[in-house]
Amino acid sequence: MRAMVYRGPYRVAVEDKPDPVIEHPNDAIVRVELAAICGSDLHLYHGLLPDTRIGHTFGHEFIGRVEQVGSSVQNVKPGDRVMVPFHISCGTCFFCSRGLLSNCHNVNANATAAGAIYGYSHTAGGYDGGQAELVRVPFADVGPMIIPDWLHDEDALMLTDAFATGYFGAQLGDVAEGDTVVVLGAGPVGLAAARSAWLLGAGRVIVVDHVDHRLRKAAEFAYAETYNFTQYPDIVALLKETTGHLGADVVIDAVGAEADGSLLQHITGAKLKLQGGSPVALNWAIDAARKGGNISVLGAYGPIFSAVKFGDAVNKGLTIRANQAPVRRQWPRLLEHIRAGHISPRDMISHRIPLEDIAEGYHLMSTKLDDCTKVVLTPPAA
Amino acid sequence: MPYTADRPDPAPSAEELRRRIPGWGADLDPADRPSYPKERDDVVTGAHWVLPERQQEREPRERSIEHGMLTPVFGTAQPLHGPAGAIRRYAYERYSEARAAHWLLLMLGDRVDSALSGLQAVPSRGPAALVGGTGLIKQLRSGRMLQPRDPRRADNAHVWMDPLVLAAPWLAGAWITWRVVRGVRRRR
Ligand SMILES: NC(=O)c1ccc[n+]([C@@H]2O[C@H](COP(=O)([O-])OP(=O)(O)OC[C@H]3O[C@@H](n4cnc5c(N)ncnc54)[C@H](O)[C@@H]3O)[C@@H](O)[C@H]2O)c1
Ligand SMILES: [Zn+2]
Ligand SMILES: [Zn+2]
Repeated sequence: MRAMVYRGPYRVAVEDKPDPVIEHPNDAIVRVELAAICGSDLHLYHGLLPDTRIGHTFGHEFIGRVEQVGSSVQNVKPGDRVMVPFHISCGTCFFCSRGLLSNCHNVNANATAAGAIYGYSHTAGGYDGGQAELVRVPFADVGPMIIPDWLHDEDALMLTDAFATGYFGAQLGDVAEGDTVVVLGAGPVGLAAARSAWLLGAGRVIVVDHVDHRLRKAAEFAYAETYNFTQYPDIVALLKETTGHLGADVVIDAVGAEADGSLLQHITGAKLKLQGGSPVALNWAIDAARKGGNISVLGAYGPIFSAVKFGDAVNKGLTIRANQAPVRRQWPRLLEHIRAGHISPRDMISHRIPLEDIAEGYHLMSTKLDDCTKVVLTPPAA
Repeated sequence: MPYTADRPDPAPSAEELRRRIPGWGADLDPADRPSYPKERDDVVTGAHWVLPERQQEREPRERSIEHGMLTPVFGTAQPLHGPAGAIRRYAYERYSEARAAHWLLLMLGDRVDSALSGLQAVPSRGPAALVGGTGLIKQLRSGRMLQPRDPRRADNAHVWMDPLVLAAPWLAGAWITWRVVRGVRRRR
Protein backbone atom coordinates (compact mmCIF):
# COMPACT_ATOMS: atom_id res chain seq x y z
CA MET A 1 0.00 0.00 0.00
CA ARG A 2 0.96 3.66 -0.25
CA ALA A 3 1.51 5.31 3.10
CA MET A 4 2.94 8.45 4.60
CA VAL A 5 6.26 7.76 6.33
CA TYR A 6 8.34 9.85 8.71
CA ARG A 7 11.96 10.29 7.63
CA GLY A 8 13.18 12.65 10.34
CA PRO A 9 12.34 16.14 11.62
CA TYR A 10 10.62 18.25 8.92
CA ARG A 11 10.76 15.33 6.46
CA VAL A 12 7.90 13.11 5.37
CA ALA A 13 7.16 11.17 2.19
CA VAL A 14 4.74 8.67 0.69
CA GLU A 15 6.23 5.23 0.13
CA ASP A 16 5.19 1.65 -0.56
CA LYS A 17 4.73 -0.34 2.61
CA PRO A 18 3.44 -3.84 3.37
CA ASP A 19 -0.34 -3.96 3.92
CA PRO A 20 -1.34 -4.18 7.60
CA VAL A 21 -2.68 -7.55 8.76
CA ILE A 22 -5.13 -8.76 11.42
CA GLU A 23 -3.07 -9.34 14.58
CA HIS A 24 -5.82 -9.84 17.13
CA PRO A 25 -9.30 -11.38 16.84
CA ASN A 26 -10.96 -7.99 17.38
CA ASP A 27 -8.87 -6.13 14.75
CA ALA A 28 -10.25 -4.72 11.53
CA ILE A 29 -8.41 -3.48 8.48
CA VAL A 30 -9.91 -0.25 7.16
CA ARG A 31 -9.38 1.15 3.66
CA VAL A 32 -8.96 4.89 4.21
CA GLU A 33 -11.15 7.23 2.17
CA LEU A 34 -10.26 10.52 3.82
CA ALA A 35 -7.60 11.45 6.35
CA ALA A 36 -6.50 14.73 7.88
CA ILE A 37 -3.38 16.35 9.30
CA CYS A 38 -3.80 17.46 12.92
CA GLY A 39 -1.88 20.13 14.84
CA SER A 40 -0.71 17.22 16.99
CA ASP A 41 0.99 15.67 13.97
CA LEU A 42 3.15 18.79 13.79
CA HIS A 43 4.73 17.94 17.15
CA LEU A 44 5.81 14.61 15.62
CA TYR A 45 6.83 16.26 12.36
CA HIS A 46 9.08 18.66 14.25
CA GLY A 47 10.71 15.77 16.14
CA LEU A 48 9.32 16.76 19.55
CA LEU A 49 7.71 13.56 20.78
CA PRO A 50 10.07 10.92 22.21
CA ASP A 51 10.23 7.57 20.40
CA THR A 52 9.03 8.69 17.00
CA ARG A 53 10.60 6.04 14.78
CA ILE A 54 11.77 6.51 11.21
CA GLY A 55 9.27 4.80 8.92
CA HIS A 56 6.31 5.52 11.23
CA THR A 57 3.04 6.34 9.47
CA PHE A 58 1.22 9.24 11.14
CA GLY A 59 -2.48 10.04 11.06
CA HIS A 60 -5.15 9.69 13.71
CA GLU A 61 -8.00 11.39 11.86
CA PHE A 62 -9.51 9.13 9.20
CA ILE A 63 -12.67 7.57 7.86
CA GLY A 64 -12.94 4.64 5.47
CA ARG A 65 -14.44 1.32 4.49
CA VAL A 66 -13.96 -1.87 6.50
CA GLU A 67 -11.99 -4.27 4.33
CA GLN A 68 -11.43 -7.22 6.63
CA VAL A 69 -12.34 -8.16 10.21
CA GLY A 70 -10.92 -10.53 12.84
CA SER A 71 -12.83 -13.57 14.11
CA SER A 72 -14.46 -11.88 17.13
CA VAL A 73 -15.66 -8.66 15.46
CA GLN A 74 -19.46 -8.28 15.63
CA ASN A 75 -20.34 -4.62 15.34
CA VAL A 76 -18.87 -3.86 11.92
CA LYS A 77 -18.44 -5.95 8.77
CA PRO A 78 -16.54 -5.67 5.52
CA GLY A 79 -18.07 -2.99 3.34
CA ASP A 80 -19.27 -0.81 6.23
CA ARG A 81 -18.17 2.80 6.05
CA VAL A 82 -16.81 3.87 9.42
CA MET A 83 -15.44 6.87 11.28
CA VAL A 84 -12.67 5.95 13.70
CA PRO A 85 -11.86 7.91 16.89
CA PHE A 86 -8.23 8.92 17.28
CA HIS A 87 -7.88 6.99 20.54
CA ILE A 88 -7.69 3.19 20.70
CA SER A 89 -9.82 1.76 23.53
CA CYS A 90 -10.41 -1.78 24.82
CA GLY A 91 -13.79 -0.93 26.35
CA THR A 92 -13.37 -2.94 29.55
CA CYS A 93 -10.27 -1.84 31.49
CA PHE A 94 -10.51 0.24 34.68
CA PHE A 95 -10.43 3.46 32.68
CA CYS A 96 -12.59 2.53 29.69
CA SER A 97 -15.27 1.16 31.99
CA ARG A 98 -15.46 4.58 33.64
CA GLY A 99 -15.80 6.36 30.30
CA LEU A 100 -12.16 7.48 30.09
CA LEU A 101 -11.89 6.06 26.58
CA SER A 102 -8.79 8.05 25.64
CA ASN A 103 -6.94 6.73 28.69
CA CYS A 104 -7.20 2.98 28.01
CA HIS A 105 -4.70 0.88 29.97
CA ASN A 106 -4.79 -2.21 27.75
CA VAL A 107 -3.44 -0.82 24.49
CA ASN A 108 -0.26 1.16 25.12
CA ALA A 109 2.62 -1.07 26.20
CA ASN A 110 5.14 1.75 25.88
CA ALA A 111 3.71 4.18 28.38
CA THR A 112 1.28 4.38 31.24
CA ALA A 113 1.37 8.17 30.99
CA ALA A 114 -0.68 8.09 27.78
CA GLY A 115 -3.40 6.05 26.12
CA ALA A 116 -2.92 4.76 22.58
CA ILE A 117 -3.38 6.95 19.51
CA TYR A 118 -3.11 5.90 15.86
CA GLY A 119 0.12 6.98 14.21
CA TYR A 120 1.31 9.01 17.14
CA SER A 121 4.75 7.55 17.93
CA HIS A 122 5.62 4.62 20.15
CA THR A 123 5.01 6.79 23.20
CA ALA A 124 1.36 6.52 22.15
CA GLY A 125 1.55 2.77 21.56
CA GLY A 126 3.42 2.22 18.28
CA TYR A 127 0.47 1.83 15.92
CA ASP A 128 0.80 2.99 12.32
CA GLY A 129 -1.78 5.63 11.45
CA GLY A 130 -4.34 6.52 8.85
CA GLN A 131 -2.44 8.76 6.43
CA ALA A 132 -2.25 5.67 4.25
CA GLU A 133 -4.40 3.46 2.05
CA LEU A 134 -4.96 0.86 4.76
CA VAL A 135 -4.81 0.88 8.53
CA ARG A 136 -5.07 -1.70 11.31
CA VAL A 137 -7.91 -0.78 13.69
CA PRO A 138 -7.64 -2.66 17.01
CA PHE A 139 -10.81 -3.26 19.07
CA ALA A 140 -12.99 -2.73 16.04
CA ASP A 141 -16.09 -3.38 18.16
CA VAL A 142 -15.30 -0.45 20.44
CA GLY A 143 -13.90 2.50 18.46
CA PRO A 144 -15.38 2.70 14.97
CA MET A 145 -18.93 3.87 14.28
CA ILE A 146 -20.82 3.30 11.05
CA ILE A 147 -21.20 6.68 9.31
CA PRO A 148 -24.91 7.58 9.14
CA ASP A 149 -26.16 8.06 5.56
CA TRP A 150 -27.11 11.67 6.11
CA LEU A 151 -23.74 12.71 7.50
CA HIS A 152 -21.26 14.51 5.22
CA ASP A 153 -17.95 12.58 5.01
CA GLU A 154 -15.93 15.65 5.90
CA ASP A 155 -18.07 16.29 8.99
CA ALA A 156 -17.49 12.66 10.02
CA LEU A 157 -13.76 13.21 9.53
CA MET A 158 -13.74 16.36 11.68
CA LEU A 159 -15.43 14.41 14.49
CA THR A 160 -12.62 11.85 14.65
CA ASP A 161 -10.59 14.47 16.49
CA ALA A 162 -10.52 18.23 15.92
CA PHE A 163 -14.15 19.24 16.37
CA ALA A 164 -14.98 16.65 19.00
CA THR A 165 -11.82 17.63 20.89
CA GLY A 166 -12.79 21.31 20.94
CA TYR A 167 -16.28 20.36 22.11
CA PHE A 168 -14.77 18.26 24.87
CA GLY A 169 -12.44 21.13 25.82
CA ALA A 170 -15.33 23.52 26.30
CA GLN A 171 -16.90 20.96 28.65
CA LEU A 172 -13.62 20.61 30.56
CA GLY A 173 -13.84 24.34 31.14
CA ASP A 174 -17.25 23.78 32.75
CA VAL A 175 -18.67 26.75 30.86
CA ALA A 176 -21.79 28.09 32.59
CA GLU A 177 -24.44 30.45 31.21
CA GLY A 178 -23.07 33.94 30.66
CA ASP A 179 -19.39 33.00 31.16
CA THR A 180 -16.60 34.84 29.40
CA VAL A 181 -14.47 32.22 27.64
CA VAL A 182 -11.00 32.93 26.24
CA VAL A 183 -9.62 30.44 23.74
CA LEU A 184 -5.87 30.57 23.11
CA GLY A 185 -5.10 29.28 19.60
CA ALA A 186 -7.21 29.59 16.44
CA GLY A 187 -6.19 26.25 14.94
CA PRO A 188 -8.88 23.64 14.26
CA VAL A 189 -9.07 22.67 17.94
CA GLY A 190 -9.35 26.26 19.15
CA LEU A 191 -11.96 27.08 16.49
CA ALA A 192 -14.03 24.10 17.62
CA ALA A 193 -13.63 24.95 21.31
CA ALA A 194 -14.74 28.53 20.68
CA ARG A 195 -17.72 27.41 18.61
CA SER A 196 -18.68 24.86 21.28
CA ALA A 197 -18.44 27.34 24.17
CA TRP A 198 -21.58 29.00 22.76
CA LEU A 199 -23.44 25.67 22.77
CA LEU A 200 -22.74 25.47 26.49
CA GLY A 201 -24.12 28.97 27.00
CA ALA A 202 -21.09 31.28 27.01
CA GLY A 203 -21.91 34.98 27.12
CA ARG A 204 -18.72 36.07 25.43
CA VAL A 205 -16.08 34.16 23.45
CA ILE A 206 -12.65 35.63 22.74
CA VAL A 207 -10.00 33.96 20.55
CA VAL A 208 -6.30 34.85 20.64
CA ASP A 209 -3.67 33.92 18.01
CA HIS A 210 -0.99 35.67 15.99
CA VAL A 211 -2.00 34.45 12.54
CA ASP A 212 -4.50 36.91 11.08
CA HIS A 213 -6.21 34.62 8.59
CA ARG A 214 -6.93 32.16 11.39
CA LEU A 215 -8.38 34.94 13.53
CA ARG A 216 -10.63 35.89 10.62
CA LYS A 217 -11.74 32.28 10.54
CA ALA A 218 -12.44 32.42 14.28
CA ALA A 219 -14.69 35.44 13.79
CA GLU A 220 -16.57 33.72 10.97
CA PHE A 221 -16.69 30.08 12.07
CA ALA A 222 -16.91 30.62 15.82
CA TYR A 223 -18.59 34.06 16.07
CA ALA A 224 -15.72 35.12 18.33
CA GLU A 225 -14.10 38.40 19.27
CA THR A 226 -10.49 38.13 18.20
CA TYR A 227 -7.14 39.54 19.27
CA ASN A 228 -3.78 39.22 17.54
CA PHE A 229 -1.33 39.06 20.42
CA THR A 230 1.51 40.60 18.42
CA GLN A 231 -0.52 43.82 18.21
CA TYR A 232 -0.52 44.48 21.93
CA PRO A 233 2.43 45.03 24.23
CA ASP A 234 0.95 42.60 26.76
CA ILE A 235 -1.92 40.31 25.83
CA VAL A 236 -2.66 39.32 29.43
CA ALA A 237 -3.06 42.97 30.47
CA LEU A 238 -5.39 43.45 27.52
CA LEU A 239 -7.50 40.42 28.45
CA LYS A 240 -7.74 41.76 32.00
CA GLU A 241 -8.78 45.16 30.75
CA THR A 242 -11.50 43.79 28.51
CA THR A 243 -12.93 41.71 31.39
CA GLY A 244 -13.17 44.65 33.81
CA HIS A 245 -9.81 43.65 35.35
CA LEU A 246 -11.19 40.41 36.78
CA GLY A 247 -10.03 37.93 34.12
CA ALA A 248 -11.98 35.33 32.18
CA ASP A 249 -14.19 32.72 33.82
CA VAL A 250 -12.75 30.03 31.56
CA VAL A 251 -9.53 29.90 29.54
CA ILE A 252 -8.91 27.10 27.06
CA ASP A 253 -5.36 26.29 25.93
CA ALA A 254 -5.66 25.08 22.33
CA VAL A 255 -2.02 25.79 21.49
CA GLY A 256 0.27 23.29 23.18
CA ALA A 257 3.98 22.62 23.09
CA GLU A 258 5.01 24.87 20.22
CA ALA A 259 3.50 28.09 21.52
CA ASP A 260 4.89 31.37 20.30
CA GLY A 261 4.84 34.64 22.17
CA SER A 262 8.15 34.25 24.01
CA LEU A 263 11.19 33.53 21.90
CA LEU A 264 13.08 32.15 24.91
CA GLN A 265 10.32 29.70 25.82
CA HIS A 266 9.80 28.72 22.20
CA ILE A 267 13.47 28.01 21.60
CA THR A 268 14.07 26.12 24.84
CA GLY A 269 10.78 24.21 24.57
CA ALA A 270 10.22 23.59 20.88
CA LYS A 271 13.68 23.82 19.30
CA LEU A 272 16.24 22.73 21.90
CA LYS A 273 13.78 20.44 23.69
CA LEU A 274 15.11 21.46 27.11
CA GLN A 275 11.56 21.44 28.44
CA GLY A 276 8.45 19.45 27.56
CA GLY A 277 7.30 22.18 25.22
CA SER A 278 6.91 25.95 25.35
CA PRO A 279 4.48 26.79 28.19
CA VAL A 280 3.60 30.29 26.92
CA ALA A 281 -0.08 29.57 26.31
CA LEU A 282 -0.46 27.66 29.56
CA ASN A 283 1.07 30.55 31.49
CA TRP A 284 -1.13 33.07 29.70
CA ALA A 285 -4.11 30.92 30.62
CA ILE A 286 -3.11 30.94 34.29
CA ASP A 287 -2.62 34.71 34.19
CA ALA A 288 -5.73 35.58 32.19
CA ALA A 289 -8.19 33.45 34.17
CA ARG A 290 -10.12 35.08 36.98
CA LYS A 291 -9.60 33.92 40.54
CA GLY A 292 -11.56 30.72 41.10
CA GLY A 293 -11.79 30.27 37.33
CA ASN A 294 -11.29 27.19 35.18
CA ILE A 295 -8.53 26.29 32.78
CA SER A 296 -9.04 23.62 30.17
CA VAL A 297 -5.87 22.28 28.59
CA LEU A 298 -6.21 20.63 25.20
CA GLY A 299 -2.77 21.60 23.91
CA ALA A 300 -0.35 18.69 23.83
CA TYR A 301 2.87 18.83 25.83
CA GLY A 302 5.89 16.53 25.97
CA PRO A 303 6.46 14.11 28.84
CA ILE A 304 9.18 16.11 30.60
CA PHE A 305 8.86 19.21 32.81
CA SER A 306 7.93 22.66 31.50
CA ALA A 307 8.40 26.03 33.19
CA VAL A 308 4.79 26.51 34.28
CA LYS A 309 3.77 29.31 36.67
CA PHE A 310 2.15 26.99 39.11
CA GLY A 311 2.30 29.32 42.09
CA ASP A 312 -0.15 31.73 40.47
CA ALA A 313 -2.54 28.86 39.76
CA VAL A 314 -2.51 27.99 43.45
CA ASN A 315 -2.89 31.55 44.69
CA LYS A 316 -5.78 32.19 42.33
CA GLY A 317 -7.65 29.02 43.27
CA LEU A 318 -7.83 27.85 39.68
CA THR A 319 -9.29 24.54 38.57
CA ILE A 320 -7.10 23.05 35.86
CA ARG A 321 -8.54 20.20 33.81
CA ALA A 322 -6.84 18.42 30.96
CA ASN A 323 -7.02 15.31 28.83
CA GLN A 324 -6.71 13.77 25.44
CA ALA A 325 -10.32 13.96 24.34
CA PRO A 326 -12.48 10.84 24.60
CA VAL A 327 -14.00 11.83 21.25
CA ARG A 328 -16.04 8.65 20.82
CA ARG A 329 -18.09 9.69 23.84
CA GLN A 330 -18.97 13.06 22.25
CA TRP A 331 -20.33 11.64 19.00
CA PRO A 332 -23.98 10.92 19.78
CA ARG A 333 -24.54 14.49 20.97
CA LEU A 334 -22.44 16.06 18.21
CA LEU A 335 -24.42 14.17 15.58
CA GLU A 336 -27.57 15.70 17.05
CA HIS A 337 -26.01 19.15 16.83
CA ILE A 338 -24.99 18.65 13.21
CA ARG A 339 -28.41 17.30 12.31
CA ALA A 340 -30.10 20.25 14.02
CA GLY A 341 -27.95 22.64 11.99
CA HIS A 342 -26.18 24.01 15.06
CA ILE A 343 -22.69 23.30 13.77
CA SER A 344 -20.87 22.57 10.53
CA PRO A 345 -17.47 21.13 11.46
CA ARG A 346 -16.29 20.77 7.85
CA ASP A 347 -16.25 24.54 7.42
CA MET A 348 -12.85 24.65 9.09
CA ILE A 349 -11.19 22.70 6.26
CA SER A 350 -8.97 24.89 4.08
CA HIS A 351 -7.04 22.44 1.88
CA ARG A 352 -7.93 19.18 0.13
CA ILE A 353 -4.93 17.45 -1.45
CA PRO A 354 -3.88 13.97 -2.62
CA LEU A 355 -2.03 11.82 -0.07
CA GLU A 356 0.89 11.75 -2.51
CA ASP A 357 1.46 15.47 -1.82
CA ILE A 358 1.98 14.76 1.88
CA ALA A 359 5.22 16.73 2.22
CA GLU A 360 3.52 19.84 0.92
CA GLY A 361 0.57 19.20 3.23
CA TYR A 362 2.77 19.07 6.31
CA HIS A 363 4.69 22.10 5.24
CA LEU A 364 1.48 24.10 4.74
CA MET A 365 0.01 23.02 8.06
CA SER A 366 3.28 23.78 9.81
CA THR A 367 3.90 27.22 8.28
CA LYS A 368 0.17 28.11 8.18
CA LEU A 369 0.83 29.81 4.83
CA ASP A 370 -1.76 29.95 2.04
CA ASP A 371 -4.47 30.59 4.67
CA CYS A 372 -4.10 27.03 5.90
CA THR A 373 -6.21 25.87 8.84
CA LYS A 374 -6.92 22.21 8.14
CA VAL A 375 -5.54 19.84 5.49
CA VAL A 376 -7.57 16.86 4.25
CA LEU A 377 -5.85 14.05 2.32
CA THR A 378 -7.24 11.60 -0.21
CA PRO A 379 -5.37 8.31 -0.72
CA PRO A 380 -4.83 7.23 -4.35
CA ALA A 381 -7.30 4.34 -4.33
CA ALA A 382 -10.14 6.27 -2.69
CA MET B 1 -14.52 52.74 41.36
CA PRO B 2 -13.89 49.85 43.74
CA TYR B 3 -14.68 46.37 42.48
CA THR B 4 -18.25 45.32 43.24
CA ALA B 5 -20.11 42.01 43.40
CA ASP B 6 -21.49 42.49 39.88
CA ARG B 7 -19.99 41.22 36.66
CA PRO B 8 -18.21 44.11 34.98
CA ASP B 9 -18.99 42.64 31.53
CA PRO B 10 -22.56 41.35 31.69
CA ALA B 11 -23.44 38.99 28.83
CA PRO B 12 -26.12 39.86 26.27
CA SER B 13 -29.51 38.29 26.97
CA ALA B 14 -30.15 34.64 26.14
CA GLU B 15 -32.69 35.70 23.48
CA GLU B 16 -30.14 37.88 21.74
CA LEU B 17 -27.45 35.19 21.84
CA ARG B 18 -29.88 32.58 20.52
CA ARG B 19 -30.74 34.89 17.64
CA ARG B 20 -27.12 35.60 16.79
CA ILE B 21 -25.49 32.19 17.29
CA PRO B 22 -26.95 28.95 15.91
CA GLY B 23 -27.32 26.39 18.68
CA TRP B 24 -26.55 28.83 21.51
CA GLY B 25 -27.29 27.15 24.83
CA ALA B 26 -28.22 23.77 23.34
CA ASP B 27 -26.10 22.17 26.08
CA LEU B 28 -26.90 24.70 28.78
CA ASP B 29 -27.60 22.16 31.51
CA PRO B 30 -24.19 21.25 32.97
CA ALA B 31 -25.54 17.91 34.17
CA ASP B 32 -26.59 16.96 30.65
CA ARG B 33 -23.28 17.06 28.80
CA PRO B 34 -21.52 14.00 27.34
CA SER B 35 -18.39 14.51 29.45
CA TYR B 36 -20.17 15.21 32.72
CA PRO B 37 -19.40 13.72 35.12
CA LYS B 38 -15.89 12.84 34.03
CA GLU B 39 -16.17 9.25 35.22
CA ARG B 40 -19.42 7.43 34.57
CA ASP B 41 -20.32 3.81 33.98
CA ASP B 42 -23.08 4.26 31.40
CA VAL B 43 -20.87 4.98 28.39
CA VAL B 44 -21.72 2.32 25.81
CA THR B 45 -18.49 0.81 24.45
CA GLY B 46 -19.59 -2.10 22.27
CA ALA B 47 -17.19 -4.45 24.05
CA HIS B 48 -18.58 -7.99 24.47
CA TRP B 49 -15.84 -9.44 26.63
CA VAL B 50 -14.76 -9.14 30.21
CA LEU B 51 -11.12 -9.87 29.50
CA PRO B 52 -9.81 -8.97 26.07
CA GLU B 53 -8.00 -11.77 24.26
CA ARG B 54 -4.22 -11.51 24.03
CA GLN B 55 -2.43 -10.53 20.86
CA GLN B 56 0.46 -12.88 20.03
CA GLU B 57 3.93 -11.54 20.88
CA ARG B 58 5.97 -12.52 17.82
CA GLU B 59 9.15 -10.78 18.85
CA PRO B 60 10.16 -9.44 22.25
CA ARG B 61 8.12 -6.27 22.70
CA GLU B 62 9.49 -3.42 24.83
CA ARG B 63 7.22 -2.07 27.52
CA SER B 64 7.17 0.53 30.25
CA ILE B 65 8.32 -0.91 33.58
CA GLU B 66 5.31 0.84 35.09
CA HIS B 67 3.09 -1.80 33.48
CA GLY B 68 2.72 -5.11 35.33
CA MET B 69 2.75 -7.05 32.04
CA LEU B 70 2.74 -6.58 28.31
CA THR B 71 -0.65 -5.07 27.42
CA PRO B 72 -3.02 -7.54 25.70
CA VAL B 73 -2.98 -5.42 22.55
CA PHE B 74 0.02 -3.46 21.32
CA GLY B 75 1.37 -1.75 18.21
CA THR B 76 3.66 -3.72 15.93
CA ALA B 77 4.91 -0.86 13.76
CA GLN B 78 8.70 -0.37 13.44
CA PRO B 79 10.01 -2.95 15.95
CA LEU B 80 13.26 -2.04 17.73
CA HIS B 81 16.40 -2.64 15.68
CA GLY B 82 19.99 -1.46 15.34
CA PRO B 83 21.82 1.05 17.55
CA ALA B 84 18.73 3.28 17.96
CA GLY B 85 16.78 0.21 19.01
CA ALA B 86 19.40 -0.64 21.63
CA ILE B 87 19.22 2.86 23.12
CA ARG B 88 15.44 2.75 23.20
CA ARG B 89 15.33 -0.71 24.75
CA TYR B 90 17.72 0.43 27.47
CA ALA B 91 15.49 3.45 28.17
CA TYR B 92 12.46 1.18 28.54
CA GLU B 93 14.15 -1.50 30.62
CA ARG B 94 16.11 0.74 32.95
CA TYR B 95 13.99 3.82 33.71
CA SER B 96 10.38 4.45 34.64
CA GLU B 97 8.42 7.20 32.90
CA ALA B 98 8.97 9.36 35.97
CA ARG B 99 12.66 9.73 35.10
CA ALA B 100 13.89 12.38 32.71
CA ALA B 101 16.57 9.89 31.63
CA HIS B 102 13.86 7.66 30.17
CA TRP B 103 12.60 10.37 27.83
CA LEU B 104 15.98 11.94 27.07
CA LEU B 105 17.35 8.54 26.02
CA LEU B 106 14.32 8.02 23.79
CA MET B 107 14.98 11.42 22.20
CA LEU B 108 18.61 10.41 21.67
CA GLY B 109 17.38 7.19 20.06
CA ASP B 110 15.25 9.29 17.71
CA ARG B 111 18.22 11.39 16.59
CA VAL B 112 20.41 8.30 16.07
CA ASP B 113 17.58 6.59 14.16
CA SER B 114 17.14 9.61 11.92
CA ALA B 115 20.86 9.95 11.15
CA LEU B 116 21.54 6.25 10.56
CA SER B 117 18.48 5.55 8.45
CA GLY B 118 19.30 8.61 6.35
CA LEU B 119 22.83 7.37 5.74
CA GLN B 120 21.65 3.84 5.01
CA ALA B 121 19.32 5.11 2.32
CA VAL B 122 21.96 7.17 0.49
CA PRO B 123 23.02 4.30 -1.84
CA SER B 124 19.44 3.81 -3.05
CA ARG B 125 18.02 7.33 -2.91
CA GLY B 126 21.13 9.47 -3.22
CA PRO B 127 21.66 12.68 -1.26
CA ALA B 128 17.88 13.17 -1.15
CA ALA B 129 17.89 10.50 1.55
CA LEU B 130 19.49 13.04 3.86
CA VAL B 131 17.32 16.09 3.22
CA GLY B 132 14.42 15.05 0.94
CA GLY B 133 10.82 15.13 2.10
CA THR B 134 10.51 18.75 3.17
CA GLY B 135 7.99 19.58 0.44
CA LEU B 136 10.03 22.67 -0.37
CA ILE B 137 10.57 22.05 -4.07
CA LYS B 138 6.90 21.40 -4.68
CA GLN B 139 6.00 24.50 -2.70
CA LEU B 140 8.43 26.62 -4.67
CA ARG B 141 6.93 25.30 -7.91
CA SER B 142 3.37 25.95 -6.82
CA GLY B 143 4.36 29.47 -5.78
CA ARG B 144 3.02 29.01 -2.27
CA MET B 145 6.46 29.40 -0.72
CA LEU B 146 6.89 32.72 -2.45
CA GLN B 147 3.80 34.27 -0.95
CA PRO B 148 4.75 37.15 1.30
CA ARG B 149 4.79 36.18 4.97
CA ASP B 150 2.68 38.30 7.25
CA PRO B 151 5.39 40.46 8.83
CA ARG B 152 3.52 40.56 12.15
CA ARG B 153 3.60 36.84 12.86
CA ALA B 154 5.40 35.89 16.05
CA ASP B 155 7.07 32.86 14.47
CA ASN B 156 8.97 35.08 12.02
CA ALA B 157 11.54 35.38 14.79
CA HIS B 158 12.53 31.73 14.52
CA VAL B 159 11.54 30.29 11.12
CA TRP B 160 15.13 30.77 10.02
CA MET B 161 16.07 28.07 12.53
CA ASP B 162 14.06 25.35 10.83
CA PRO B 163 16.73 24.55 8.21
CA LEU B 164 19.23 24.35 11.08
CA VAL B 165 17.11 21.75 12.87
CA LEU B 166 16.98 19.86 9.59
CA ALA B 167 20.71 20.14 8.95
CA ALA B 168 21.96 19.86 12.55
CA PRO B 169 22.74 16.11 12.50
CA TRP B 170 24.68 16.47 9.24
CA LEU B 171 26.59 19.53 10.43
CA ALA B 172 27.46 17.69 13.66
CA GLY B 173 28.44 14.58 11.69
CA ALA B 174 30.61 16.61 9.32
CA TRP B 175 32.30 18.35 12.23
CA ILE B 176 33.03 15.07 14.03
CA THR B 177 34.38 13.50 10.84
CA TRP B 178 36.59 16.48 10.24
CA ARG B 179 37.96 16.34 13.81
CA VAL B 180 38.65 12.61 13.51
CA VAL B 181 40.36 12.95 10.13
CA ARG B 182 42.46 15.84 11.42
CA GLY B 183 43.35 13.89 14.56
CA VAL B 184 44.46 10.86 12.56
CA ARG B 185 46.54 13.05 10.21
CA ARG B 186 48.26 14.80 13.10
CA ARG B 187 49.22 11.53 14.73
CA ARG B 188 51.00 10.38 11.58
N1 LIG C 1 -6.30 16.97 23.88
C1 LIG C 1 -6.56 16.40 22.70
O1 LIG C 1 -7.28 15.41 22.62
C2 LIG C 1 -6.01 17.01 21.46
C3 LIG C 1 -6.53 16.63 20.22
C4 LIG C 1 -6.07 17.29 19.08
C5 LIG C 1 -5.09 18.25 19.19
N2 LIG C 1 -4.57 18.55 20.41
C6 LIG C 1 -3.55 19.59 20.58
O2 LIG C 1 -4.19 20.84 20.54
C7 LIG C 1 -3.26 21.82 20.04
C8 LIG C 1 -3.90 22.57 18.90
O3 LIG C 1 -4.21 21.71 17.82
P1 LIG C 1 -4.54 22.32 16.38
O4 LIG C 1 -4.81 21.19 15.47
O5 LIG C 1 -5.55 23.37 16.50
O6 LIG C 1 -3.08 22.92 16.06
P2 LIG C 1 -2.55 24.18 15.21
O7 LIG C 1 -1.08 24.10 15.24
O8 LIG C 1 -3.23 24.24 13.90
O9 LIG C 1 -3.06 25.44 16.07
C9 LIG C 1 -2.33 26.05 17.09
C10 LIG C 1 -2.55 27.57 16.96
O10 LIG C 1 -2.00 28.24 18.10
C11 LIG C 1 -1.43 29.47 17.67
N3 LIG C 1 -0.54 29.96 18.70
C12 LIG C 1 0.79 29.76 18.86
N4 LIG C 1 1.22 30.34 20.00
C13 LIG C 1 0.14 30.91 20.57
C14 LIG C 1 -0.06 31.64 21.78
N5 LIG C 1 0.94 31.87 22.63
N6 LIG C 1 -1.32 32.10 22.04
C15 LIG C 1 -2.35 31.86 21.21
N7 LIG C 1 -2.22 31.16 20.06
C16 LIG C 1 -0.98 30.70 19.75
C17 LIG C 1 -0.82 29.12 16.34
O11 LIG C 1 -0.60 30.26 15.55
C18 LIG C 1 -1.88 28.19 15.74
O12 LIG C 1 -2.83 28.90 14.98
C19 LIG C 1 -2.01 21.04 19.66
O13 LIG C 1 -1.08 21.09 20.70
C20 LIG C 1 -2.51 19.64 19.50
O14 LIG C 1 -1.50 18.69 19.74
C21 LIG C 1 -5.02 17.95 21.53
ZN1 LIG D 1 -5.19 15.20 16.71
ZN1 LIG E 1 -9.44 0.20 28.05
